[in-house]
Amino acid sequence: MTAPIKDSLPQSFLPLPSATLHILMAVAEEDRHGYAIIQDVEARTRGELTLSAGTLYRSIQRMLEQGLITETRDRDRPAPELDDERRRYYRITPLGAAVAKAEATRMAKLVRLARGMGFAPEKA
Amino acid sequence: MRFYRALLHLYPASFRAEYGEQMCAIFAERKTSWLAAGWEVLRNAPAVHWDILRQDLRYTGRTLLRARGFSTVAVLVLALGIGTNTAVFSVTDYVLIRPLPFPASGRLVKAWENLPGYPEMELSPADYRDWKAMNTVFDDMGGVTTVLVNLTGEGNPERIESARVTGNLFATLGVHPLLGRPIAATDDQPGAPLTAVLSYGLWERAFGGDSGAVGRKLQLDGTSYVVIGVMPAAFRFPDQDVELWLPFQFDQSAYVDRNDNYVECVARLRPGVTLEQARSQMNVVAGQLRRQYPKELEHTSATVNMLRDELSERSRLLVLALAGAALCVLLIACTNLANLLLARALSRQKELAVRTALGAGRERLVRQLVTESMVLSALGGALGVLFAALALPILTKLVPSLPVSGAPTIDLRVLCFAGIVTALTGIGFGTLPALRVARDNDFKGLREGSRAGGGRKAGLRSALIVTEVTLSMVLLISAGLLLRTLMSIQSVDPGFRSDGVLTMQTALPMPKYDNVAKRVAFYRQVLSEIEALPGVSNAAYSSFLPMTMGGGIWPVDIDGKTIDRSEGHNASLRFVTPGYFTTLEIPLLAGRRLDDSDVQSRPPAAVVSDSFAQRYWPGQSALGRHFKFAYADRTVVGVVGDVRVRGLERISEPQVYLSCQQVDDGALPYYAPKDLVIRTSGNPRSLLPAVTQIVRNADPEQPISRVRTLTEIVQANTAPRSVQVRMIVAFAALALLLAGIGIHGLLSFSVSNRSSEIAVRVALGAQPGDILRIVLQQSLLLAAAGVVLGVALAFAAGQAMRALLVGVTPTDPATFLLAAALCLLMTAVGSLVPSLRAIRVDPITALRAE
Repeated sequence: MTAPIKDSLPQSFLPLPSATLHILMAVAEEDRHGYAIIQDVEARTRGELTLSAGTLYRSIQRMLEQGLITETRDRDRPAPELDDERRRYYRITPLGAAVAKAEATRMAKLVRLARGMGFAPEKA
Repeated sequence: MRFYRALLHLYPASFRAEYGEQMCAIFAERKTSWLAAGWEVLRNAPAVHWDILRQDLRYTGRTLLRARGFSTVAVLVLALGIGTNTAVFSVTDYVLIRPLPFPASGRLVKAWENLPGYPEMELSPADYRDWKAMNTVFDDMGGVTTVLVNLTGEGNPERIESARVTGNLFATLGVHPLLGRPIAATDDQPGAPLTAVLSYGLWERAFGGDSGAVGRKLQLDGTSYVVIGVMPAAFRFPDQDVELWLPFQFDQSAYVDRNDNYVECVARLRPGVTLEQARSQMNVVAGQLRRQYPKELEHTSATVNMLRDELSERSRLLVLALAGAALCVLLIACTNLANLLLARALSRQKELAVRTALGAGRERLVRQLVTESMVLSALGGALGVLFAALALPILTKLVPSLPVSGAPTIDLRVLCFAGIVTALTGIGFGTLPALRVARDNDFKGLREGSRAGGGRKAGLRSALIVTEVTLSMVLLISAGLLLRTLMSIQSVDPGFRSDGVLTMQTALPMPKYDNVAKRVAFYRQVLSEIEALPGVSNAAYSSFLPMTMGGGIWPVDIDGKTIDRSEGHNASLRFVTPGYFTTLEIPLLAGRRLDDSDVQSRPPAAVVSDSFAQRYWPGQSALGRHFKFAYADRTVVGVVGDVRVRGLERISEPQVYLSCQQVDDGALPYYAPKDLVIRTSGNPRSLLPAVTQIVRNADPEQPISRVRTLTEIVQANTAPRSVQVRMIVAFAALALLLAGIGIHGLLSFSVSNRSSEIAVRVALGAQPGDILRIVLQQSLLLAAAGVVLGVALAFAAGQAMRALLVGVTPTDPATFLLAAALCLLMTAVGSLVPSLRAIRVDPITALRAE
């Protein structure tokens, strides 16, 4: 029942659970419904990560409360012939985008540090 | 799909409502296997519940902090309810429930001999031997009796509480020593080497916990004993104070007198044998012996009790009454909590309506409200456990001596109890208001001027108030009855003056002091030096002090009538030095006191108590009369006042006092005077160093023990009662206060709800008196209903604790009336502020607000 955290700093969300980052990436380019998110994540990771429906919606619920994504309103939905009315579409918010960026920066720094210690593969 | 839908019920309803359909759609599209779907739900559902709980906890934290007054009152109310119950449970569990720390302790029993007027007497060695041989219901049977011995050697001489035991007692109990071996049958033969088993504490004290202590020697009463074993730290038997176990070693002479009862009999039931079977067989055995020894065992029968239940009815009732009172406090606390939550929930209707409007389902509202009450309960429970820990040392005084180590503590069992009580109050009393509110919650809360709480909710709150008043009445009446009992007991004249008297024991060891002249020389030296101390007026020795030892009972034989050991034919025997009556200020009613002239060569003199003289020579002078008592023909030389030997609550046997000089050497060693009493005009305790030195001068090996003032002894006699009464009175006061708060809350609420009605009445010309009547009518009606129900319940409670009441009937009208008056007064006080508020309602303001 928490209200979305409006004025939170992106850093306060880090580190992000990996499912959250994947979902943010999935809805970054376009609004997607739950099943589309699962498919997108699966495709992007070449089948390495398949989100279950439970994990997906648990994450979505939390991300909605945190204000990282919003549910798109009816007028933004695809044309009725392409749509299933049970479906709900989610869209990344500016906060969500900032958080995803902050997480990616954090991970990049971490990888740099690890690489310095010889723990990570050289840049491809 | 149906299976998957069913699985989704593991998620919170709000989550299911929000995402269930989409999850089903994904399940259908992906054609997930049943196993994977099941695993997914099992993995995620708890996480979703936890997410919601975390949110609710955060929200609860904020709302409770915002309503600090409400939160504080609720937590305190709960802490008092849970705290009292936790403390009382700790005692109840320790005294009545927890199994004794022996293997298969459920089969351990005690067997007693019964005589009319003397239920549960120890056995004579001869009866013990025969009971053991003749029964077929016990695996084994052991005997034990407590004795005091003087431990001498290095350091100060020490008085040790010890127990003589038969060779099979340890085996019967099923216990094993930590070091060495237990006392066995070979140790328990006359002439066998003298052996001793030490308690853990004594082993540490006397041998510094040296594992080489086994085989070493101890000087006990001037005789050398070999240490053969050390018991584990937790072992206590037959009571907490015993620190040393020695074998009995009965010889033939011990089996002669069947009326010399001192062997406590412990037995282990054969597997499959019930207590009832054991009882009936032991009565058959007692009957056979009675026919065999008709003179000695006339009227005797047998009793068998579980060792766990070997508590006096009084001890049991004291604890149970307290448990009942604590339960009443908990119920009142819960009622109050429910009332508080209900009132708060109703006052929050607008907030809840807003949340409903924003999409929160009923389940989420109930969840939130229950979480709030659970958080309150948890805080109350934690604080309650703290209260319990603080109250426990006081309650421990209620605990009789049990064969268990330690004292009641807040341990895991008690914490589990507190946890369960906390959870039940949180769920039970939090859910009810939550459901009520959520069911009725619609958008009406948003409408301005809407009145919270319709008729049904007011009805529920009224029922809660009636419950509180009812329980308060029960507690007040119980407390009143017990208080009056305590007062009537404390006003009983003990027969002596207790203030300004120091007492202690210097038990002279036998056979060192078998010789009477040697004993008397010790008494004379000690007493004369003590009487020379500044402030001391008198000092004396006696076999036993009043109220510390109720036994020492002998049959009285007058004019050669048959000895009958049953009630009404016995007197208590005490050997004393001449100054005993003046030291204790026991009044002389006729004749003379015992004096130095009563020596062995003179006819045996006896001073008897008034009731003794009245029983045998009613309306005549007892002086110069003869009776046979303790193996000799005695002549009455004086009559003194009666003393409450058995404590203030019991009628004691008449008393017979004999001169400490008129006894044969080595005879009746148990009665050799050992209790020293000193009357002083100053502070009794300040005499101790000087007295210790005087005793040391008379015999450097003589220890001093049990130093107490006589006032402490008399107070200790009623201590369990006064602790219990204080607790129950405190509980009753608490209950009254809580009920008062409840009434205040209800009336405040109803006055604010009815302000427009009151305003209309005022506008139509109603006087303050009329308004007052309307408001008070409600609270007084509820109080009256509570009082009536309370009287009925208290009547039943009074009957249940009848055995605890002395000098007051369970239906004492004064107590009932006073309790009712207090309840009505509390109602009036609780109604005061809301009533004043009602009178001050300004019709214009109130009506405009509508």
